[in-house]
Amino acid sequence: MSVDTSYGGRSEEAVMSTHGSADTPFVVGGREFDSRLIVGTGKYPDNETMVRAIRASGTDMVTVAVRRVDLDRTREEGILHHLDPREFFLLANTAGCYTAEDAIRYARLARAAGFNEWLKLEVIGDETTLLPDTQATLEAARVLVAEGFKVMAYTNEDLITALRLEDAGCVAVMPLASPIGSGLGLLNPYYVRAIKERCDVPIVVDAGVGTASDACLTMEQGVDGVLMNTAIAAARDPVRMAAAMRDAVVAGRIAYLAGRMPTREVAVPSSPPLPG
Amino acid sequence: MTTAGMDARVTIRLNGKEREVAADITVSGLLDELELVPGMVVVERNGEILARESYPDVRLGEGDRLELVHFVGGG
Repeated sequence: MSVDTSYGGRSEEAVMSTHGSADTPFVVGGREFDSRLIVGTGKYPDNETMVRAIRASGTDMVTVAVRRVDLDRTREEGILHHLDPREFFLLANTAGCYTAEDAIRYARLARAAGFNEWLKLEVIGDETTLLPDTQATLEAARVLVAEGFKVMAYTNEDLITALRLEDAGCVAVMPLASPIGSGLGLLNPYYVRAIKERCDVPIVVDAGVGTASDACLTMEQGVDGVLMNTAIAAARDPVRMAAAMRDAVVAGRIAYLAGRMPTREVAVPSSPPLPG
Repeated sequence: MTTAGMDARVTIRLNGKEREVAADITVSGLLDELELVPGMVVVERNGEILARESYPDVRLGEGDRLELVHFVGGG
């Protein structure tokens, strides 16, 4: 049996059968994931819809936030009452943190929950746009990497920051497509491509995807994955949208691997010319 | 222990709010009282994260600041 090592040691047939197209595996921080789609767990109409949507998305990694237990309404339970941590890899985030210090504190609390040392590091710099404070993100990343965290860093689409986050030891760099929850789609494909071309760590575009075509277009840039929440949770039918996102991410990835045809300003017939 | 001792109460600050609890209550005892599953919360006491194994042994005292956090939905 011939094994092509470019497919992570698996045969081409095996890769083709699981992904529909030969591809290298999606590996972040030494862990392989089946899906290139990472899904958030916030803002769903209800927990049952959330779980169904997450399953429909085909993801194996979901993000969760760390918050104070609401003691006045203890009946409102934590997300682990609804989501089985054995079914999905939990990626805790530091969403809502505005300083490196806060992000570090929440990271430590998340790790103390006892699941893993992975973290979606997010330090926000502005309340209106929720754009990242890249300097504080870098500062927090350095501290957390030294403490043994596997940091996936949310950032803007700035190449220099991306290179510095990689330098700091982040296991993935996650530039935004557009602001969190905006659904504006991929605003700067050129910058995202530049980051992908220059960084060695996986690039996961995080935030801003609005619908399936956005996810597809994002993956067509050659990035390693996409992380989204609102696009699924705030769709009229989150479960259907999750399925659309699953297929869009796969289609975008395969299209990238296939290599698109060159664009032309003039038409070129597809059929042979008629005789005479 | 005297009856007065058994009734003794202390005030702690729990998730930002004052709360009276039995003097010398353990973290496990407090979680029981709040009907919280120890495996699903993380406890920070006076800025230090407590190891889960220590919950039955750590007793709370007057003025302790306690933060109870857990995972919720987020992106």
